[in-house]
Amino acid sequence: MDVIQANDNIITVSSLAKKFDDFTAVDGISFEVKKGEIFAFLGPNGAGKSTTIKMLTTLLHPTSGQIILNGFNPSRDKDGVRKSLGIVFQDPSLDDDLTAFENMQFHAICYKVPSNIRSSRIEELLKFVELWDRKGDLVKTFSGGMKRRLEIARGLLHHPRVLFLDEPTLGLDPQTRNHMWSYVKDINKKEGMTVFFTTHYMEEADRVAERIAVIDHGKIIAMGTGDELKKQTNSETLEDAFLSLTGHKIREEEATGLDRMRRMGQMWRGKRR
Amino acid sequence: MNVIYIMWLRQLKKYFRSKSRIIGSLGQPLLFLLAFGFGFGAIFKKAGAGNYIQFLAPGIIIMSVLFTGIFSGIDLIWDRQFGFLKETMVAPVSRLQIMLGKTLGGATVAALQGVIVFVLTLIVGFRPHDLILLPVGAVVVFLVALLFTSLGIALASTMEDMQGFQLIMNFLVMPIFFLSGALFPLEGLPKVMDVIAALDPLSYGVDGLRFAFIGAQSVFGFGTDMLVLVVLTAVLLGLGSRLFERIQA
Ligand SMILES: Nc1ncnc2c1ncn2[C@@H]1O[C@H](COP(=O)(O)OP(=O)(O)OP(=O)(O)O)[C@@H](O)[C@H]1O
Ligand SMILES: [Mg+2]
Repeated sequence: MDVIQANDNIITVSSLAKKFDDFTAVDGISFEVKKGEIFAFLGPNGAGKSTTIKMLTTLLHPTSGQIILNGFNPSRDKDGVRKSLGIVFQDPSLDDDLTAFENMQFHAICYKVPSNIRSSRIEELLKFVELWDRKGDLVKTFSGGMKRRLEIARGLLHHPRVLFLDEPTLGLDPQTRNHMWSYVKDINKKEGMTVFFTTHYMEEADRVAERIAVIDHGKIIAMGTGDELKKQTNSETLEDAFLSLTGHKIREEEATGLDRMRRMGQMWRGKRR
Repeated sequence: MNVIYIMWLRQLKKYFRSKSRIIGSLGQPLLFLLAFGFGFGAIFKKAGAGNYIQFLAPGIIIMSVLFTGIFSGIDLIWDRQFGFLKETMVAPVSRLQIMLGKTLGGATVAALQGVIVFVLTLIVGFRPHDLILLPVGAVVVFLVALLFTSLGIALASTMEDMQGFQLIMNFLVMPIFFLSGALFPLEGLPKVMDVIAALDPLSYGVDGLRFAFIGAQSVFGFGTDMLVLVVLTAVLLGLGSRLFERIQA
């Protein structure tokens, strides 16, 4: 084992920044995530959470700063990083023209899930998200929630060293949400899988995350356990703590509007820069 | 099962699931066969050049392979717009394997399209001169399919949108088609046209297929035809993997 592997941190980020033209989406953040930790990234819309995750998962090149993930640097050894991670994206990422089963199979083969457990794992997960009886249906016939469930099942199909979940529970009913978290925590315990997630449900973050970073305008403004954040802000709940850290001003309107315009733009312009 | 196979299989499944696309893509070759084949047939004969349908059919088969191959690039752009591309991009799989899988899939589809158009040409009166050489023709068709699928995918990797692809169609693919000798013989052309045709990779595919299907004297030599197609395909696969790696989500 080399030096980088020797410490307990599976993710080390230092002075990481991302600019889109003149706009700074991520503004020199630094943090560490310990091996086997469940780590939450919280922040208002447009704070830079997804952009950070994209840089951590080789989808975007950082403008500056450094990332070490499972001992690999995504700028130099993309393949090493990719082998270490699994991800559930915030935006849709299924092939609508394939069936649920085929989407799972495609993933299992790309991630080299051994053939002796492949079918049983796919079955287990499709049953788990209650899509087993729809396994042969084209994804384009699914509801939004069903697609989300399939994406989660797919993300859990191979058991990576680090699992990224970008607002995984958005649009899911409470049953499925609880269900999903107990499954994730189970793999986390049994296999020491590190979990890095974002969410806008504060009670979820408080309940699941061992440590939380709050990011706003591309900067990390607080970091610690849920209790530490509450104490630091003299708040009863994490939601109050979050609001007192990020202010009560509603970002939703402008950010969502901006986001929507951005996505429409991407739809027509493509996502390449 | 490996990655290349699953990528290939995905392309094929998508192809067979879009019947309208298969049928829609037959209109153009049919139109060309009818309009050019019958329209110019008489003049061609009068000029002492023989039966124009015989001459034209290999060109039209290659045309449909060219268009279908290049259009594989559009699948990549759709993948990007519908988000599936991210799934492929973060996969711990070498970019060359991804390119190979996509290209083999797209090329198989393009070659199948070529087979369908071949059947169309038989219906309008085309007769291959020697059945023994049909497999040779199949090899030529598949090589052309590979070449232009890898070109389409490499181009799409640099492409922001469908409009960009439209430009490619107008300013690259159309010239490639019209200047390749698919519609007219390459003998006795002005010097400039000779040079242009020799620079057009499709010329070698058309030449190779005419050699196999109608026993025509090969213009460049059949060995040269094959070599050009194989080498260019390899170059484009390498280039495509590079360009694919550079895509950001
Ligand atoms: N490709 C891009 N081009 C230009 N600007 C971008 C791009 N991607 C993100 N941004 C901008 O960067 C900022 C951060 O976006 P990001 O998606 O990281 O936010 P987020 O914290 O994930 O928000 P949300 O909670 O809404 O998902 C936003 O202002 C967004 O508009
Ligand atoms: Mg986000």
